[in-house]
Amino acid sequence: MTASGPAMRLLPRIDDTNRFFWTGGADGRLRFLACASCRQLVHPPAPRCPECLSDRLDPVTVSGRATVHSFTVNHQQWIPGSEPYIVGLVAIAEQPDVRLMTNLIDCEPDDSLIGREVEVTFEQSEDVFVPLFRPVAPVGSGSDDPGDLGPANAGRGDRALS
Amino acid sequence: MTTEPAERKAAITGIGQSEVGRRLGRGDLDLTVEACLDAIDDAGLTRDDIDGLATYPGAGLGTSGFAGPGTPEVQDALRLRLNWHDGGSEGAAQMRAVVAACFAVAAGAARHVLVYRTVTESTSQGVGGRKGIGGDGDGSGGSGGMPRFSGFLQWSLPFGAVSAVNWIALVAQRRVHEFGLTREQLASVAINARRNAELNPRAVYRDPMSLEDYLSARMISSPLCLFDCDAPCDGSTAIVVSHVDHVPESRHPACHVNAVGTALWGRPSWDQFDDMTTMAARDAAASMWRRTELKPRDVDVAELYDGFSILTLVWLEALGFCERGESGAFVEGGSTIALNGPLPVNTAGGQLSGGRLHGFGLIHEACLQLRGGAAQRQVAHRPEVAVVANGGGPLAGSMLLTRGIG
Repeated sequence: MTASGPAMRLLPRIDDTNRFFWTGGADGRLRFLACASCRQLVHPPAPRCPECLSDRLDPVTVSGRATVHSFTVNHQQWIPGSEPYIVGLVAIAEQPDVRLMTNLIDCEPDDSLIGREVEVTFEQSEDVFVPLFRPVAPVGSGSDDPGDLGPANAGRGDRALS
Repeated sequence: MTTEPAERKAAITGIGQSEVGRRLGRGDLDLTVEACLDAIDDAGLTRDDIDGLATYPGAGLGTSGFAGPGTPEVQDALRLRLNWHDGGSEGAAQMRAVVAACFAVAAGAARHVLVYRTVTESTSQGVGGRKGIGGDGDGSGGSGGMPRFSGFLQWSLPFGAVSAVNWIALVAQRRVHEFGLTREQLASVAINARRNAELNPRAVYRDPMSLEDYLSARMISSPLCLFDCDAPCDGSTAIVVSHVDHVPESRHPACHVNAVGTALWGRPSWDQFDDMTTMAARDAAASMWRRTELKPRDVDVAELYDGFSILTLVWLEALGFCERGESGAFVEGGSTIALNGPLPVNTAGGQLSGGRLHGFGLIHEACLQLRGGAAQRQVAHRPEVAVVANGGGPLAGSMLLTRGIG
Protein backbone atom coordinates (compact mmCIF):
# COMPACT_ATOMS: atom_id res chain seq x y z
CA MET A 1 0.00 0.00 0.00
CA THR A 2 1.20 3.49 -0.69
CA ALA A 3 0.84 6.65 1.35
CA SER A 4 -1.43 9.50 0.30
CA GLY A 5 1.52 11.80 -0.19
CA PRO A 6 4.84 12.89 1.28
CA ALA A 7 5.27 13.09 5.07
CA MET A 8 5.09 16.85 4.80
CA ARG A 9 3.52 18.95 2.08
CA LEU A 10 5.64 21.74 0.69
CA LEU A 11 3.14 24.44 -0.11
CA PRO A 12 2.58 27.07 -2.78
CA ARG A 13 3.02 30.73 -2.07
CA ILE A 14 -0.46 32.09 -2.51
CA ASP A 15 -0.97 35.35 -4.33
CA ASP A 16 -3.68 37.05 -6.34
CA THR A 17 -2.94 34.96 -9.43
CA ASN A 18 -3.31 31.51 -7.87
CA ARG A 19 -5.56 31.98 -4.80
CA PHE A 20 -8.66 30.68 -6.58
CA PHE A 21 -6.87 27.41 -7.34
CA TRP A 22 -5.16 26.69 -4.05
CA THR A 23 -7.95 27.83 -1.71
CA GLY A 24 -10.90 26.99 -3.99
CA GLY A 25 -11.05 23.47 -2.67
CA ALA A 26 -12.60 24.75 0.56
CA ASP A 27 -15.98 24.03 -1.01
CA GLY A 28 -14.80 20.79 -2.60
CA ARG A 29 -14.60 22.23 -6.11
CA LEU A 30 -11.65 22.30 -8.48
CA ARG A 31 -11.22 25.55 -10.36
CA PHE A 32 -9.30 26.75 -13.39
CA LEU A 33 -9.15 30.05 -15.17
CA ALA A 34 -11.38 30.04 -18.25
CA CYS A 35 -11.35 32.46 -21.13
CA ALA A 36 -14.70 34.29 -21.32
CA SER A 37 -14.20 34.71 -25.04
CA CYS A 38 -13.06 31.33 -26.40
CA ARG A 39 -13.85 29.17 -23.33
CA GLN A 40 -10.35 27.69 -23.14
CA LEU A 41 -9.16 26.62 -19.71
CA VAL A 42 -5.88 28.39 -19.05
CA HIS A 43 -3.34 26.63 -16.86
CA PRO A 44 -1.09 27.64 -15.22
CA PRO A 45 -2.86 30.97 -14.63
CA ALA A 46 -1.89 33.67 -17.12
CA PRO A 47 -2.78 37.33 -17.63
CA ARG A 48 -4.39 36.68 -21.03
CA CYS A 49 -5.79 33.70 -22.83
CA PRO A 50 -2.79 32.26 -24.72
CA GLU A 51 -5.13 31.19 -27.55
CA CYS A 52 -7.16 34.31 -28.32
CA LEU A 53 -5.32 36.84 -26.15
CA SER A 54 -8.50 37.97 -24.44
CA ASP A 55 -7.92 39.41 -20.98
CA ARG A 56 -11.33 38.26 -19.74
CA LEU A 57 -10.29 35.30 -17.65
CA ASP A 58 -12.30 34.11 -14.67
CA PRO A 59 -12.09 31.09 -12.39
CA VAL A 60 -14.68 28.44 -13.19
CA THR A 61 -15.47 25.20 -11.42
CA VAL A 62 -14.97 21.94 -13.26
CA SER A 63 -16.36 18.49 -12.52
CA GLY A 64 -13.22 17.36 -10.76
CA ARG A 65 -13.05 14.36 -13.06
CA ALA A 66 -9.79 13.49 -14.79
CA THR A 67 -7.95 10.65 -16.49
CA VAL A 68 -4.61 9.34 -15.29
CA HIS A 69 -2.03 10.21 -17.96
CA SER A 70 1.00 8.86 -16.12
CA PHE A 71 2.27 8.19 -12.62
CA THR A 72 5.34 7.27 -10.61
CA VAL A 73 5.84 5.81 -7.15
CA ASN A 74 8.37 7.90 -5.29
CA HIS A 75 10.64 5.94 -2.95
CA GLN A 76 13.44 8.46 -2.37
CA GLN A 77 13.47 10.20 1.00
CA TRP A 78 13.47 13.77 -0.32
CA ILE A 79 11.18 14.52 2.58
CA PRO A 80 12.32 12.44 5.55
CA GLY A 81 9.80 10.05 7.02
CA SER A 82 7.85 9.59 3.78
CA GLU A 83 6.47 6.21 2.85
CA PRO A 84 6.27 5.47 -0.88
CA TYR A 85 3.58 7.59 -2.49
CA ILE A 86 2.11 7.87 -5.98
CA VAL A 87 2.74 11.04 -7.96
CA GLY A 88 0.13 11.16 -10.68
CA LEU A 89 -0.22 13.26 -13.79
CA VAL A 90 -3.90 13.64 -14.61
CA ALA A 91 -5.65 15.09 -17.65
CA ILE A 92 -8.66 17.23 -16.75
CA ALA A 93 -11.92 15.84 -18.18
CA GLU A 94 -13.22 19.13 -19.60
CA GLN A 95 -9.95 19.81 -21.45
CA PRO A 96 -7.45 16.93 -21.43
CA ASP A 97 -4.49 19.06 -22.51
CA VAL A 98 -4.71 20.68 -19.08
CA ARG A 99 -2.84 18.42 -16.70
CA LEU A 100 -2.14 18.45 -13.00
CA MET A 101 0.51 16.73 -10.99
CA THR A 102 -1.14 15.26 -7.93
CA ASN A 103 -1.06 12.34 -5.56
CA LEU A 104 -3.20 9.38 -6.53
CA ILE A 105 -4.85 7.79 -3.51
CA ASP A 106 -6.97 4.72 -2.82
CA CYS A 107 -5.42 2.80 -5.70
CA GLU A 108 -2.60 0.45 -6.56
CA PRO A 109 0.27 1.64 -8.74
CA ASP A 110 0.15 -0.88 -11.56
CA ASP A 111 0.16 -0.01 -15.24
CA SER A 112 -3.62 -0.31 -15.50
CA LEU A 113 -3.75 2.94 -13.53
CA ILE A 114 -2.97 4.87 -16.73
CA GLY A 115 -6.24 5.67 -18.43
CA ARG A 116 -8.27 5.25 -15.24
CA GLU A 117 -10.94 7.83 -14.45
CA VAL A 118 -10.27 9.64 -11.20
CA GLU A 119 -11.97 12.39 -9.23
CA VAL A 120 -10.67 15.15 -7.03
CA THR A 121 -10.67 15.27 -3.27
CA PHE A 122 -8.94 17.90 -1.20
CA GLU A 123 -6.53 17.71 1.70
CA GLN A 124 -6.19 20.88 3.75
CA SER A 125 -2.72 21.94 4.80
CA GLU A 126 -2.56 25.35 6.50
CA ASP A 127 -4.50 27.69 4.19
CA VAL A 128 -4.04 25.47 1.13
CA PHE A 129 -6.50 22.91 -0.21
CA VAL A 130 -4.32 20.40 -2.04
CA PRO A 131 -6.15 18.57 -4.85
CA LEU A 132 -5.62 14.81 -4.72
CA PHE A 133 -7.27 12.31 -7.02
CA ARG A 134 -8.76 8.86 -6.42
CA PRO A 135 -10.44 6.38 -8.73
CA VAL A 136 -14.05 7.14 -9.52
CA ALA A 137 -16.22 4.76 -7.54
CA PRO A 138 -17.76 2.01 -9.67
CA VAL A 139 -21.36 2.72 -10.69
CA GLY A 140 -23.82 1.92 -7.91
CA SER A 141 -21.31 1.95 -5.09
CA GLY A 142 -22.03 5.42 -3.80
CA SER A 143 -22.85 8.98 -4.57
CA ASP A 144 -21.48 10.41 -7.76
CA ASP A 145 -22.17 14.01 -6.84
CA PRO A 146 -19.03 16.09 -6.70
CA GLY A 147 -20.83 18.20 -4.12
CA ASP A 148 -20.35 15.36 -1.69
CA LEU A 149 -16.63 15.64 -1.94
CA GLY A 150 -15.95 17.94 0.94
CA PRO A 151 -12.43 18.55 2.08
CA ALA A 152 -11.10 15.13 2.89
CA ASN A 153 -10.02 14.82 6.49
CA ALA A 154 -7.25 12.59 5.30
CA GLY A 155 -4.79 12.23 8.10
CA ARG A 156 -1.42 10.83 7.14
CA GLY A 157 -1.90 7.20 6.24
CA ASP A 158 -5.63 7.41 6.69
CA ARG A 159 -7.05 5.11 4.06
CA ALA A 160 -10.64 5.43 5.19
CA LEU A 161 -11.84 7.89 2.58
CA SER A 162 -15.35 7.02 1.47
CA MET B 1 18.62 25.82 -47.32
CA THR B 2 19.57 28.95 -49.14
CA THR B 3 22.14 30.31 -46.71
CA GLU B 4 24.69 28.31 -44.77
CA PRO B 5 23.87 27.99 -41.08
CA ALA B 6 25.95 30.41 -39.02
CA GLU B 7 27.34 27.63 -36.84
CA ARG B 8 29.35 26.33 -39.82
CA LYS B 9 31.71 29.21 -39.09
CA ALA B 10 32.57 27.62 -35.76
CA ALA B 11 34.88 24.78 -34.82
CA ILE B 12 35.87 23.22 -31.53
CA THR B 13 39.64 23.58 -31.56
CA GLY B 14 40.49 22.64 -28.00
CA ILE B 15 39.08 20.44 -25.28
CA GLY B 16 40.08 20.16 -21.65
CA GLN B 17 38.98 18.50 -18.48
CA SER B 18 39.96 18.75 -14.85
CA GLU B 19 40.33 15.92 -12.45
CA VAL B 20 36.89 14.23 -12.25
CA GLY B 21 35.69 12.27 -9.24
CA ARG B 22 33.56 11.84 -6.19
CA ARG B 23 34.05 14.22 -3.27
CA LEU B 24 37.30 15.71 -4.49
CA GLY B 25 37.02 18.50 -1.95
CA ARG B 26 38.45 21.01 -4.45
CA GLY B 27 36.94 24.40 -5.16
CA ASP B 28 34.92 24.98 -8.30
CA LEU B 29 37.18 27.78 -9.54
CA ASP B 30 40.23 25.57 -9.00
CA LEU B 31 38.72 22.82 -11.14
CA THR B 32 37.55 25.31 -13.76
CA VAL B 33 40.95 26.91 -14.19
CA GLU B 34 42.52 23.47 -14.56
CA ALA B 35 40.06 22.55 -17.32
CA CYS B 36 40.35 25.91 -19.07
CA LEU B 37 44.14 25.89 -19.17
CA ASP B 38 43.98 22.31 -20.48
CA ALA B 39 41.61 23.34 -23.27
CA ILE B 40 43.61 26.44 -24.25
CA ASP B 41 46.81 24.42 -24.41
CA ASP B 42 45.08 21.65 -26.33
CA ALA B 43 44.02 24.20 -28.94
CA GLY B 44 47.58 25.37 -29.35
CA LEU B 45 46.65 28.79 -28.02
CA THR B 46 47.63 30.91 -25.05
CA ARG B 47 45.24 32.78 -22.80
CA ASP B 48 46.11 35.99 -24.64
CA ASP B 49 44.32 34.51 -27.67
CA ILE B 50 41.07 33.96 -25.78
CA ASP B 51 38.68 36.85 -26.38
CA GLY B 52 35.37 35.22 -25.48
CA LEU B 53 34.07 33.38 -22.43
CA ALA B 54 30.81 31.54 -21.86
CA THR B 55 29.29 29.15 -19.38
CA TYR B 56 26.15 27.36 -18.34
CA PRO B 57 24.32 28.20 -16.09
CA GLY B 58 26.20 31.10 -14.55
CA ALA B 59 26.92 31.60 -10.87
CA GLY B 60 24.48 31.04 -8.09
CA LEU B 61 21.84 28.93 -9.79
CA GLY B 62 20.32 25.73 -8.52
CA THR B 63 21.30 23.70 -5.52
CA SER B 64 24.72 23.65 -3.95
CA GLY B 65 27.56 22.62 -6.24
CA PHE B 66 25.38 22.86 -9.35
CA ALA B 67 26.39 26.12 -10.97
CA GLY B 68 30.17 26.43 -10.76
CA PRO B 69 31.84 29.82 -11.00
CA GLY B 70 30.39 32.59 -13.15
CA THR B 71 32.27 34.17 -16.02
CA PRO B 72 33.48 37.20 -14.00
CA GLU B 73 35.33 34.91 -11.59
CA VAL B 74 36.94 32.90 -14.37
CA GLN B 75 37.78 35.99 -16.40
CA ASP B 76 39.51 37.52 -13.42
CA ALA B 77 41.29 34.31 -12.41
CA LEU B 78 42.82 34.07 -15.89
CA ARG B 79 43.02 37.85 -16.47
CA LEU B 80 41.29 37.50 -19.81
CA ARG B 81 40.60 40.51 -22.05
CA LEU B 82 37.18 39.70 -23.49
CA ASN B 83 35.34 40.99 -26.50
CA TRP B 84 32.32 38.84 -25.68
CA HIS B 85 31.07 37.04 -22.57
CA ASP B 86 27.90 35.21 -21.66
CA GLY B 87 26.48 33.03 -18.92
CA GLY B 88 22.94 31.84 -18.45
CA SER B 89 20.62 28.92 -17.91
CA GLU B 90 17.80 29.48 -20.39
CA GLY B 91 18.07 28.16 -23.92
CA ALA B 92 19.05 24.94 -25.62
CA ALA B 93 19.89 23.05 -22.42
CA GLN B 94 23.44 22.96 -21.11
CA MET B 95 24.99 23.38 -24.55
CA ARG B 96 23.31 26.76 -24.90
CA ALA B 97 26.67 28.25 -23.93
CA VAL B 98 28.38 26.42 -26.81
CA VAL B 99 25.66 27.47 -29.24
CA ALA B 100 26.03 31.07 -28.11
CA ALA B 101 29.79 30.84 -28.62
CA CYS B 102 29.30 29.49 -32.15
CA PHE B 103 27.02 32.39 -33.02
CA ALA B 104 29.41 34.84 -31.38
CA VAL B 105 32.36 33.77 -33.50
CA ALA B 106 30.18 33.63 -36.62
CA ALA B 107 29.00 37.17 -35.93
CA GLY B 108 32.53 38.40 -35.42
CA ALA B 109 32.01 39.24 -31.77
CA ALA B 110 34.94 37.04 -30.78
CA ARG B 111 37.58 34.82 -32.37
CA HIS B 112 38.31 32.17 -29.73
CA VAL B 113 35.66 31.56 -27.07
CA LEU B 114 36.43 29.52 -23.99
CA VAL B 115 33.30 27.66 -22.85
CA TYR B 116 33.14 25.73 -19.60
CA ARG B 117 30.80 23.84 -17.30
CA THR B 118 31.78 23.01 -13.73
CA VAL B 119 30.05 20.95 -11.06
CA THR B 120 31.00 20.18 -7.48
CA GLU B 121 27.77 18.38 -6.63
CA SER B 122 29.48 15.36 -5.13
CA THR B 123 31.43 17.36 -2.57
CA SER B 124 28.42 19.58 -1.85
CA GLN B 125 26.03 16.66 -1.41
CA GLY B 126 28.57 14.93 0.79
CA VAL B 127 27.94 17.78 3.21
CA GLY B 128 24.23 18.36 2.76
CA GLY B 129 22.83 15.27 1.04
CA ARG B 130 21.22 15.17 -2.40
CA LYS B 131 18.29 17.53 -2.54
CA GLY B 132 15.43 17.95 -4.89
CA ILE B 133 15.37 20.90 -7.23
CA GLY B 134 13.18 22.84 -4.83
CA GLY B 135 16.06 23.15 -2.43
CA ASP B 136 15.23 25.62 0.26
CA GLY B 137 12.30 27.38 -1.32
CA ASP B 138 11.93 30.74 -2.92
CA GLY B 139 10.30 32.72 -0.19
CA SER B 140 8.29 32.56 2.96
CA GLY B 141 4.62 33.32 3.25
CA GLY B 142 3.07 30.37 5.04
CA SER B 143 1.78 30.63 8.56
CA GLY B 144 3.83 27.62 9.59
CA GLY B 145 7.10 29.36 8.86
CA MET B 146 8.07 26.88 6.15
CA PRO B 147 9.26 28.24 2.82
CA ARG B 148 6.62 28.54 0.12
CA PHE B 149 7.06 28.01 -3.60
CA SER B 150 5.91 29.79 -6.73
CA GLY B 151 6.38 29.32 -10.48
CA PHE B 152 6.47 25.75 -11.76
CA LEU B 153 7.50 24.31 -8.40
CA GLN B 154 4.14 25.17 -6.85
CA TRP B 155 2.54 22.60 -9.17
CA SER B 156 4.91 19.76 -8.26
CA LEU B 157 6.35 20.17 -4.77
CA PRO B 158 3.07 19.87 -2.81
CA PHE B 159 2.79 16.33 -4.15
CA GLY B 160 6.32 15.32 -3.25
CA ALA B 161 7.41 15.56 -6.89
CA VAL B 162 10.54 17.25 -5.68
CA SER B 163 13.16 16.22 -8.18
CA ALA B 164 13.58 16.00 -11.94
CA VAL B 165 13.66 12.22 -11.43
CA ASN B 166 9.97 12.37 -10.45
CA TRP B 167 9.04 14.45 -13.48
CA ILE B 168 11.08 12.28 -15.86
CA ALA B 169 9.67 9.11 -14.28
CA LEU B 170 6.27 10.29 -15.55
CA VAL B 171 7.74 10.20 -19.06
CA ALA B 172 9.19 6.75 -18.46
CA GLN B 173 5.93 5.30 -17.12
CA ARG B 174 3.98 6.79 -20.00
CA ARG B 175 6.40 4.97 -22.33
CA VAL B 176 5.81 1.75 -20.41
CA HIS B 177 2.12 2.25 -21.10
CA GLU B 178 2.29 3.36 -24.74
CA PHE B 179 5.27 1.41 -26.02
CA GLY B 180 5.76 -1.48 -23.61
CA LEU B 181 9.09 -0.16 -22.34
CA THR B 182 10.70 -2.65 -19.93
CA ARG B 183 13.20 -2.34 -17.11
CA GLU B 184 15.50 -4.65 -19.06
CA GLN B 185 15.53 -2.09 -21.88
CA LEU B 186 16.37 0.73 -19.47
CA ALA B 187 19.06 -1.51 -18.03
CA SER B 188 20.65 -1.81 -21.46
CA VAL B 189 21.41 1.91 -21.42
CA ALA B 190 22.89 1.77 -17.92
CA ILE B 191 24.92 -1.38 -18.59
CA ASN B 192 26.25 0.01 -21.89
CA ALA B 193 27.39 3.13 -20.04
CA ARG B 194 29.11 1.07 -17.36
CA ARG B 195 30.86 -1.12 -19.91
CA ASN B 196 32.26 1.95 -21.64
CA ALA B 197 33.18 3.57 -18.32
CA GLU B 198 35.37 0.58 -17.55
CA LEU B 199 37.57 1.85 -20.39
CA ASN B 200 37.57 5.46 -19.18
CA PRO B 201 40.14 6.17 -16.44
CA ARG B 202 38.24 9.35 -15.45
CA ALA B 203 34.86 7.64 -15.01
CA VAL B 204 33.50 7.62 -11.47
CA TYR B 205 31.93 4.12 -11.61
CA ARG B 206 34.05 1.45 -13.29
CA ASP B 207 33.08 -1.83 -11.63
CA PRO B 208 31.20 -4.15 -13.98
CA MET B 209 27.41 -4.00 -13.72
CA SER B 210 25.20 -7.01 -14.52
CA LEU B 211 21.52 -7.07 -15.32
CA GLU B 212 21.00 -8.60 -11.87
CA ASP B 213 22.87 -5.69 -10.27
CA TYR B 214 20.59 -3.29 -12.12
CA LEU B 215 17.35 -5.10 -11.29
CA SER B 216 18.21 -5.37 -7.61
CA ALA B 217 19.11 -1.70 -7.19
CA ARG B 218 16.78 0.33 -5.01
CA MET B 219 13.91 2.12 -6.70
CA ILE B 220 14.07 5.93 -6.70
CA SER B 221 10.90 6.91 -8.57
CA SER B 222 9.35 4.02 -10.47
CA PRO B 223 10.18 2.78 -13.02
CA LEU B 224 13.54 4.50 -12.48
CA CYS B 225 15.98 2.91 -10.04
CA LEU B 226 19.30 4.14 -8.69
CA PHE B 227 21.19 3.02 -11.81
CA ASP B 228 18.83 4.99 -14.07
CA CYS B 229 20.09 8.18 -12.42
CA ASP B 230 23.39 9.83 -13.20
CA ALA B 231 26.19 10.02 -10.67
CA PRO B 232 26.87 13.40 -9.03
CA CYS B 233 30.54 14.20 -9.31
CA ASP B 234 33.06 17.00 -9.15
CA GLY B 235 34.73 18.15 -12.32
CA SER B 236 35.04 20.80 -14.97
CA THR B 237 35.01 20.54 -18.74
CA ALA B 238 36.15 23.30 -21.06
CA ILE B 239 36.27 23.70 -24.82
CA VAL B 240 37.55 26.37 -27.16
CA VAL B 241 35.18 27.45 -29.94
CA SER B 242 37.08 29.22 -32.72
CA HIS B 243 36.10 30.90 -35.96
CA VAL B 244 36.91 28.52 -38.82
CA ASP B 245 39.12 31.17 -40.41
CA HIS B 246 41.26 31.20 -37.27
CA VAL B 247 41.72 27.53 -36.49
CA PRO B 248 45.11 27.46 -34.78
CA GLU B 249 47.98 25.21 -35.69
CA SER B 250 47.50 22.28 -33.38
CA ARG B 251 48.36 18.63 -32.91
CA HIS B 252 44.66 17.77 -33.29
CA PRO B 253 42.15 18.17 -36.10
CA ALA B 254 39.41 20.67 -35.33
CA CYS B 255 35.86 19.46 -34.83
CA HIS B 256 33.59 21.47 -37.07
CA VAL B 257 30.13 22.45 -35.93
CA ASN B 258 27.85 21.29 -38.72
CA ALA B 259 24.46 22.09 -37.21
CA VAL B 260 22.86 22.96 -33.91
CA GLY B 261 19.35 22.12 -32.76
CA THR B 262 17.71 24.71 -30.54
CA ALA B 263 13.98 24.64 -31.25
CA LEU B 264 11.21 24.41 -28.68
CA TRP B 265 7.88 24.37 -30.48
CA GLY B 266 5.87 22.73 -27.71
CA ARG B 267 4.99 24.34 -24.40
CA PRO B 268 8.07 24.95 -22.24
CA SER B 269 6.74 22.82 -19.43
CA TRP B 270 7.51 19.57 -17.62
CA ASP B 271 3.83 18.65 -17.26
CA GLN B 272 1.90 20.48 -20.02
CA PHE B 273 3.98 19.41 -23.04
CA ASP B 274 1.82 17.99 -25.82
CA ASP B 275 3.59 14.63 -25.97
CA MET B 276 4.69 13.31 -22.59
CA THR B 277 6.76 10.55 -24.20
CA THR B 278 9.32 12.96 -25.61
CA MET B 279 9.26 16.72 -24.90
CA ALA B 280 11.80 19.28 -26.11
CA ALA B 281 14.23 16.72 -27.56
CA ARG B 282 11.76 16.15 -30.39
CA ASP B 283 11.88 19.80 -31.44
CA ALA B 284 15.59 20.42 -30.94
CA ALA B 285 16.52 17.36 -32.99
CA ALA B 286 14.08 18.17 -35.78
CA SER B 287 15.41 21.71 -36.04
CA MET B 288 18.98 20.42 -36.19
CA TRP B 289 18.27 18.14 -39.16
CA ARG B 290 16.70 21.12 -40.98
CA ARG B 291 20.10 22.85 -40.81
CA THR B 292 22.19 20.15 -42.45
CA GLU B 293 22.48 17.84 -45.43
CA LEU B 294 23.65 15.06 -43.12
CA LYS B 295 21.23 12.29 -42.16
CA PRO B 296 20.96 10.09 -39.10
CA ARG B 297 22.62 7.25 -41.03
CA ASP B 298 25.75 9.42 -41.41
CA VAL B 299 26.33 9.55 -37.66
CA ASP B 300 29.24 7.41 -36.45
CA VAL B 301 29.05 8.06 -32.71
CA ALA B 302 26.31 9.44 -30.48
CA GLU B 303 26.77 11.11 -27.10
CA LEU B 304 23.20 11.34 -25.82
CA TYR B 305 22.20 12.96 -22.58
CA ASP B 306 21.65 10.46 -19.80
CA GLY B 307 20.89 12.43 -16.70
CA PHE B 308 18.39 9.58 -16.54
CA SER B 309 18.66 6.47 -18.71
CA ILE B 310 15.22 7.12 -20.20
CA LEU B 311 16.46 10.37 -21.74
CA THR B 312 18.90 8.50 -23.95
CA LEU B 313 15.95 6.52 -25.30
CA VAL B 314 14.01 9.73 -25.89
CA TRP B 315 16.96 11.20 -27.80
CA LEU B 316 17.48 8.07 -29.93
CA GLU B 317 13.95 8.50 -31.27
CA ALA B 318 14.03 12.29 -31.46
CA LEU B 319 17.21 12.16 -33.53
CA GLY B 320 15.71 9.63 -35.92
CA PHE B 321 17.92 6.62 -35.13
CA CYS B 322 14.74 4.61 -34.69
CA GLU B 323 11.00 5.18 -34.95
CA ARG B 324 8.92 6.72 -32.18
CA GLY B 325 8.34 4.12 -29.50
CA GLU B 326 11.02 1.75 -30.76
CA SER B 327 14.05 2.90 -28.77
CA GLY B 328 13.52 0.23 -26.13
CA ALA B 329 13.83 -2.53 -28.68
CA PHE B 330 16.69 -0.63 -30.34
CA VAL B 331 18.88 -0.75 -27.23
CA GLU B 332 17.72 -4.09 -25.82
CA GLY B 333 20.64 -6.42 -25.29
CA GLY B 334 23.06 -3.55 -25.88
CA SER B 335 24.74 -4.69 -29.10
CA THR B 336 23.40 -1.88 -31.31
CA ILE B 337 24.74 0.87 -29.03
CA ALA B 338 27.95 -0.86 -27.95
CA LEU B 339 31.40 0.51 -28.79
CA ASN B 340 31.68 -2.00 -31.62
CA GLY B 341 28.04 -1.70 -32.66
CA PRO B 342 26.51 0.23 -35.56
CA LEU B 343 25.79 3.26 -33.32
CA PRO B 344 28.16 3.54 -30.38
CA VAL B 345 26.42 5.54 -27.62
CA ASN B 346 27.92 7.31 -24.61
CA THR B 347 31.37 5.95 -25.24
CA ALA B 348 32.97 7.37 -22.08
CA GLY B 349 30.28 5.97 -19.81
CA GLY B 350 27.89 8.90 -20.14
CA GLN B 351 26.77 10.59 -16.97
CA LEU B 352 25.32 7.36 -15.55
CA SER B 353 28.79 5.91 -14.97
CA GLY B 354 31.21 8.55 -16.20
CA GLY B 355 29.83 11.20 -13.87
CA ARG B 356 27.34 14.02 -14.12
CA LEU B 357 29.49 16.57 -15.94
CA HIS B 358 26.19 17.96 -17.11
CA GLY B 359 26.22 17.80 -20.87
CA PHE B 360 29.76 19.01 -21.39
CA GLY B 361 31.35 15.63 -20.70
CA LEU B 362 29.42 14.37 -23.72
CA ILE B 363 30.71 17.21 -25.91
CA HIS B 364 34.27 16.51 -24.75
CA GLU B 365 33.93 12.83 -25.57
CA ALA B 366 32.41 13.48 -29.02
CA CYS B 367 35.45 15.60 -29.91
CA LEU B 368 37.86 13.04 -28.52
CA GLN B 369 36.25 10.32 -30.65
CA LEU B 370 36.34 12.45 -33.81
CA ARG B 371 40.01 13.20 -33.19
CA GLY B 372 40.79 9.52 -32.70
CA GLY B 373 42.06 10.21 -29.21
CA ALA B 374 39.82 8.04 -27.09
CA ALA B 375 42.47 5.38 -26.48
CA GLN B 376 41.03 2.03 -25.31
CA ARG B 377 37.48 3.11 -26.00
CA GLN B 378 38.14 4.63 -29.42
CA VAL B 379 35.41 3.80 -31.91
CA ALA B 380 36.94 1.96 -34.88
CA HIS B 381 37.04 3.13 -38.51
CA ARG B 382 37.82 6.79 -37.74
CA PRO B 383 34.43 8.32 -36.98
CA GLU B 384 33.70 11.41 -39.04
CA VAL B 385 30.33 12.56 -37.70
CA ALA B 386 29.25 12.75 -34.07
CA VAL B 387 26.02 13.92 -32.55
CA VAL B 388 25.74 15.37 -29.06
CA ALA B 389 22.44 15.85 -27.26
CA ASN B 390 21.90 17.67 -23.99
CA GLY B 391 18.90 18.00 -21.74
CA GLY B 392 15.62 16.43 -20.72
CA GLY B 393 12.03 17.52 -20.29
CA PRO B 394 11.51 21.03 -21.65
CA LEU B 395 15.26 21.56 -21.96
CA ALA B 396 17.00 20.31 -25.09
CA GLY B 397 19.84 21.13 -27.42
CA SER B 398 21.68 19.05 -29.98
CA MET B 399 24.72 19.46 -32.15
CA LEU B 400 26.34 17.69 -35.09
CA LEU B 401 30.13 17.72 -35.18
CA THR B 402 32.34 16.63 -38.07
CA ARG B 403 36.04 15.87 -38.11
CA GLY B 404 38.16 18.47 -39.79
CA ILE B 405 41.29 17.84 -41.78
CA GLY B 406 44.41 17.44 -39.69
